[in-house]
Amino acid sequence: MSSRDQILKSIRNQVVASVDHPGLAGDWIRYDDRVAHFATVLTAVGGAAHVVDSAEEITAELSRVPAFAHASKIVSLCDQISGNVDFDAIDDPHALEDVDFAVLPAQFAVAENGAVWVDDAAVKHRVIYFIPQHLSFIVRSPTHVADAIVDNMHQAYERISLGEPQFGTFVSGPSKTADIEQSLVIGAHGARSLNVFFLRQ
Amino acid sequence: MKTAEHPEQASKFVANDQRAHWHDQALWFVREKRDRMAVSLPEWEQLRSAASQIKLHTVSRLADYLEQFEQNATKLGAVVHWARDSEEHNQIVLSLLQKAGAKQVVKSKSMLTEECHLNPFLEAQGIEVVDTDLGERIVQLRKETPSHIVLPAIHIKKEEVSETFHEHLQTEAGNNDPNYLTEAARNHLREKFLAADVGITGVNFAIAETGGLVVCTNEGNADLGVSLPKMHIACMGIEKLVPHAADLSVFLRLLARSATGQPITTYSSHFHGPSPGSELHIILVDNGRSNLMGSEQFRNSLKCIRCGACMNTCPVYRRSGGHSYGTTVPGPIGSILAPSRDSKAHKSLPFACTLCGSCTDVCPVKIDLHHELLEWRGEIHRRGQLPMSKTVPMKLTSWMMRSPWLFRWVGAIGKFCLRHLPRWAIYHGLNPWGKQREMPESPQQSFRQLYQIHESKKASDE
Ligand code: SF4
Repeated sequence: MSSRDQILKSIRNQVVASVDHPGLAGDWIRYDDRVAHFATVLTAVGGAAHVVDSAEEITAELSRVPAFAHASKIVSLCDQISGNVDFDAIDDPHALEDVDFAVLPAQFAVAENGAVWVDDAAVKHRVIYFIPQHLSFIVRSPTHVADAIVDNMHQAYERISLGEPQFGTFVSGPSKTADIEQSLVIGAHGARSLNVFFLRQ
Repeated sequence: MKTAEHPEQASKFVANDQRAHWHDQALWFVREKRDRMAVSLPEWEQLRSAASQIKLHTVSRLADYLEQFEQNATKLGAVVHWARDSEEHNQIVLSLLQKAGAKQVVKSKSMLTEECHLNPFLEAQGIEVVDTDLGERIVQLRKETPSHIVLPAIHIKKEEVSETFHEHLQTEAGNNDPNYLTEAARNHLREKFLAADVGITGVNFAIAETGGLVVCTNEGNADLGVSLPKMHIACMGIEKLVPHAADLSVFLRLLARSATGQPITTYSSHFHGPSPGSELHIILVDNGRSNLMGSEQFRNSLKCIRCGACMNTCPVYRRSGGHSYGTTVPGPIGSILAPSRDSKAHKSLPFACTLCGSCTDVCPVKIDLHHELLEWRGEIHRRGQLPMSKTVPMKLTSWMMRSPWLFRWVGAIGKFCLRHLPRWAIYHGLNPWGKQREMPESPQQSFRQLYQIHESKKASDE
């Protein structure tokens, strides 16, 4: 018998009382001001949130950030923000090792934990979410900014559809560690800074 | 494997009084952060109940869900492997690495691969395995094992990290700044990520309905580790399954809050199939888990999501250090899991517990930890594995308690001794209660005397 069948048989041999799935309906937390709550939580985990009306405002904001102003290699996957790397022409993701700054689109944000959801549906190399020294996400919102932010993770999973071959991740703040005597250090392996821009348009 | 008893190992740790206090404080700090997060959500208890029930439901239909997961993961282009035990798991990993011609592997924190002793196995085959979580890398360079499942290097001081890095990564001698040391590790590990042929990760959750898996880290090491090489091997215990993607909402809300007091880990990555041009292999490992399912008392321990909250709160763990347990998973949950594999080797662990119940209070999936630990004590007694140092005094006590006059007499002697004997006669090797703590002050009157006075006063008042 294969290991697979042995394991399944061993499981089926156990007498386990059947337990129902509890369902996920609940009075889950909501916030009066999702934008403000998101910004507070993101700041607490080392990132920063901005609400802007135009791409120009993003550029202006970014150029005040030294890491962007001094970056020599910039990947931008957002129109109107200029980068200098032809991302889609790159075949080997290792070539992205020295990217200083990336400006990437994010699908939506979650107020309760300061996370944004991103996937690689339109992104050729998923490593771009992890390898740049600094990272900015742009969340577009055709109506109110608050529409791009859900209250909690239950609503988040209602917005995502999983099951297709795809990679997706919730990112909450820059990469961090506290493995040396519990001192928080920002910038472990991934991004050393994380800005989220909500673009009203 | 010969494992020493917990009290022996713990006495090594507590010999350094200062370090023991420092360790205690560091973990209590994490426990407090967890508390702040728990109260930030009014629905906390509702989440715990839901998580507990989803896990029980999954276990009650585990075979079906595993088959469903396999089918869906395969559809997405992943290859699913099954391993009965750690040897088979290690062999599967090795054959995959050989097929890929891999010489260098980066691994992100996985308690399962620790449990299977994968690193020494691969190293013996001439394959370099680099643990990429900073805490894991520190213990790996020091040739130690993690002392905690979420905070692997919680027992190490920054001066020691500095020495280790000076030796291995040529950092400045005596520079103990965590920022400086982390930066050095960042640069060192980036080279490893870029050079790796294969990335290995653990799995926090796997989803039956979609065939995907979720890996949570704060550093992003799992993601960097698997998005550069052409092969990702994900190793998971069969209990990591959840039925639906939507169930993750419950678990991702609980995991990081319980573990480190963060609202969510920095990265919660969902892998559905390999990235184009790459391979994704998933190894489903039993290694004793299916046996645990059949046990009414201990089945609950399969709900564990490895958040570490029970360790952070445990007064014994905090004061004795993770290594004193001599197991991959230490602390309250480890003291339940280890004896279920080998109760003889780990018979002292269920006694490394004050039965205070704090672990049960914080466990996000409502495992009745202290009840199970008590249950294990009885089980170890029934299996005849208790040492005489426990059975003899217990028999004597039971005999004494059955006779009121004897009980009274011994009580009086005890009170007299506590009050009048010199310290050396009370605080010595034969009285473990006097180790590291003061015996209680002996009261002027026994409870019985107080009661009698009270009763006679009541009678005269009436
Ligand atoms: S037993 Fe509960 S508290 Fe302990 S690690 Fe597992 S889930 Fe966390």
